[in-house]
Amino acid sequence: MDRAAVFRDCARPASSSPLRRPLGAAARHLPVIHRSDDLPVKHPILDSPILEAAVERALADWGCEPTSLLQVLRVTQESLGWLPEAALERVSVALDVPIARVRGVVAFYSLLYAEPQGEYRVLFSDDVTDRMRGSEERIREMSQRLWVEPGKLSEDGLVSLGHTSSIGLNDHAPALLVNGRPIPGVDATRATLIGDLILARTPLAEWPAELFNVEDHVRRSDVLLEEKMRPGEAIGAALERGATAGSGRQATLDEIKNARLLGRGGAGFTTGVKWESCSRQPVTPRVVVCNADEGEPGTFKDRLLLGRRADMIFEGMTVAAWGIGASQGFVYLRGEYRYLLDALEATLARRRREGLLGRSICGREGFDFDIRIHVGAGSYVCGEASALVESLEGKRGIPRNRPPRLAEKGYLGRPTIVNNVESYCAAAQIVLHGADWFRSRGTARSSGTKLLSVSGDCERPGIYEYPLGVSVRQVLGDCGAHATIAVQAGGPSGVCLGQDEFDRCIAFEDIETGGAFVVFDASRDPFEIARHYAHFFAHESCGFCTPCRVGTSLLRNLMDKIRDGKGSLHDLKTIEELAGLLHHASHCGLGESAGRPLLGTLERFRPAYERRLGSTAGEPAFDLDGALARARRMTGRDDPGAHLGETS
Amino acid sequence: MSEPRPTFLLDGQECPFTPGQTVLQAALAADRHIPHLCYHPEFRPHGSCKLCTVKANGWHATSCTMPAKAGLEVQSETAELNAERRMMVQLLFVEGNHFCPSCEKSGHCKLQAVAYDLGMTSPRFDHFFPDRPVDASHPELLLDFNRCILCELCVRASAEVDGKQVFALAGRGMGKHLVVNSASGLLRDSDIAATDKATEVCPVGVILRKRVGFATPVGRRRFDERPISAQASEYAPRTATARKD
Repeated sequence: MDRAAVFRDCARPASSSPLRRPLGAAARHLPVIHRSDDLPVKHPILDSPILEAAVERALADWGCEPTSLLQVLRVTQESLGWLPEAALERVSVALDVPIARVRGVVAFYSLLYAEPQGEYRVLFSDDVTDRMRGSEERIREMSQRLWVEPGKLSEDGLVSLGHTSSIGLNDHAPALLVNGRPIPGVDATRATLIGDLILARTPLAEWPAELFNVEDHVRRSDVLLEEKMRPGEAIGAALERGATAGSGRQATLDEIKNARLLGRGGAGFTTGVKWESCSRQPVTPRVVVCNADEGEPGTFKDRLLLGRRADMIFEGMTVAAWGIGASQGFVYLRGEYRYLLDALEATLARRRREGLLGRSICGREGFDFDIRIHVGAGSYVCGEASALVESLEGKRGIPRNRPPRLAEKGYLGRPTIVNNVESYCAAAQIVLHGADWFRSRGTARSSGTKLLSVSGDCERPGIYEYPLGVSVRQVLGDCGAHATIAVQAGGPSGVCLGQDEFDRCIAFEDIETGGAFVVFDASRDPFEIARHYAHFFAHESCGFCTPCRVGTSLLRNLMDKIRDGKGSLHDLKTIEELAGLLHHASHCGLGESAGRPLLGTLERFRPAYERRLGSTAGEPAFDLDGALARARRMTGRDDPGAHLGETS
Repeated sequence: MSEPRPTFLLDGQECPFTPGQTVLQAALAADRHIPHLCYHPEFRPHGSCKLCTVKANGWHATSCTMPAKAGLEVQSETAELNAERRMMVQLLFVEGNHFCPSCEKSGHCKLQAVAYDLGMTSPRFDHFFPDRPVDASHPELLLDFNRCILCELCVRASAEVDGKQVFALAGRGMGKHLVVNSASGLLRDSDIAATDKATEVCPVGVILRKRVGFATPVGRRRFDERPISAQASEYAPRTATARKD
């Protein structure tokens, strides 16, 4: 298969070394001055052959186009463990991207590091379900054991310890990643073992294999998870359908439209309409993108599909490519799922060998399509379709202004469709079994089935596939939930459901969801859950628009203030106003929904907030005693005389 | 050319537009004020400050990026929208370090001008007091990042007009910040020139020319004379689409 032809913008002659390329235009971005001795002491790998080789290898894989920037940085970091300035400069020259933009990209993605990292990089998943199962205690223990502060590198450079947003292992909470490899169910015993292995400097390859064993908890399966299609079967059906109906590609689009498939990522846009509008654009090539940036905390169904149903995903993408006349395909895999990459690449390679990707797919002249996998680097907002496309182009993941829609101008200005992993699986099934078959499940307005990622306070967390329209109460019964006080459906950006809402249904006409279903029982504190989500949004805001950039951080601070017993009724009112502003004025869905968990819990669990208020009248925002904390630290004092307060 | 131009309704009054214009561009061309900060008539609308948020057919929309359409009903001067705009200006004030009395841009500053115009009397929220060192390395220019509102106008001007990419953005969320394109990160090592467009477009007091700060005395400055809301037409698009009727 001639991948280079399909990926013209990624290709470069294998023989030309980008590092030996004349500086040319790029030189003006890199002033020749100031490589002097007044720079800080250099890290040993700077300017070394190791560094050069790492960058060279990344460039060999990804080419020298500016669109490769993020992938080149990511692959370089896989070799070096972090991204020293010298590597950034090399990349800047090779890709002809200003150094400031390179630094800007590194500083945007939370899994790219401009500072040295440990030989072992431990990242605890920091979702609410992890905390519910003791992740905070585990990280405290490990931090003491390994003598390293969370968020820092140990003095001997052995280990860096930190948090990251949900890693999609909520059914195995608490979970963590070591050098990108997932370890589920980190209880005290496992945490101790991990500490031992690190202190003994045991190479990761020699760690007990069962540590990394992630069991898929499929608790209820329906047509999607039970699908037995053979590779190529749906593509064959699409080609045949076109021939029988005499309408070629349109037959596929019609089938998807008639099935009334709504986007499974949560937004619920009509997939067929999106595809058709893309197919009508006069511009080629067109692009098919699979959104595998499953970042919504509490969602992990795509992880399962990517691991078990890769063929069906690629089949759906190829069917989409046939339908809209696309030649270029991308999977955007979230950085936290990097460990799934090799198997996915192997499946792609097999499909190329089988004639299911590449030129003349299934022997059909003119049906050329191939897929490349980009790996993200830790940014929730990149799950937003236009931010994802920006990230595919190697940039910071900032959602775009609309119009134009991606279907008109997407990746590099080309007509582009972006669909969720599960949507492509459903599309493959629809083309194979027909729209009527698909519509026979679900409700009149929401056809088909939906995978739910169930976690939290229940006996059987895992993946549940239901026909759409299932009630919250039934899911709670099936997963063994008791004394449930609330369900967060659709993750932090979704909706918080109280007990009186458990008869509502999971369907696009009622509760729209990408599938996260987190259960909270009576032992949980709704305020703490909301506070956690406020931190999440402040961490993940891209910073493009004013309301979200500043508003999410203010909400986080207000929630912390209330937790500290310093909140007032006035603060609750401010929270409501800020949440309203975010909803009205934000640039994208992240900001629009960032206030929702707070409004939802304020509405349903107001006492959880009010009992924390320091005073209902008013409280100074300025913490006089807190302001002395730094002075106390500097003088090593903590006696009563070093404190200001009610008692002093 | 004699065909009547299409119109939309802006606060109940007809506002003509040229196809291709956005709601904000059409409004400014008609000398109608909608508060804004990141918009600049010589650049493509950016849509980041969100001050120009209006209600179009009942839905909130960013007027600088929303294409004008015949028959659209736009509300802008409402108490609700202005209260939200005031809140966003307050967010910008607490995000950076804005000390108007000691700022040489006072009176020329759009942030200050919209704050006055929207009736902002206090910053309301807790200040973040970020640590943002100034860059005084360049012989002719000073960068005071404390006042940056991240409108990206300098980024855009340098890339699109000057062809240099002297400025870029790094980080995300509240950590987002303006960076200079040079190995050292300092302005003196960049290839900026004092004549660059990028040095002219800052709506606040980040990019300042040295030694001319008070050439126009405070009290006789642009927004001392007239409030920003009375200067709408000066922000009208200066391209072919902005012809006067």
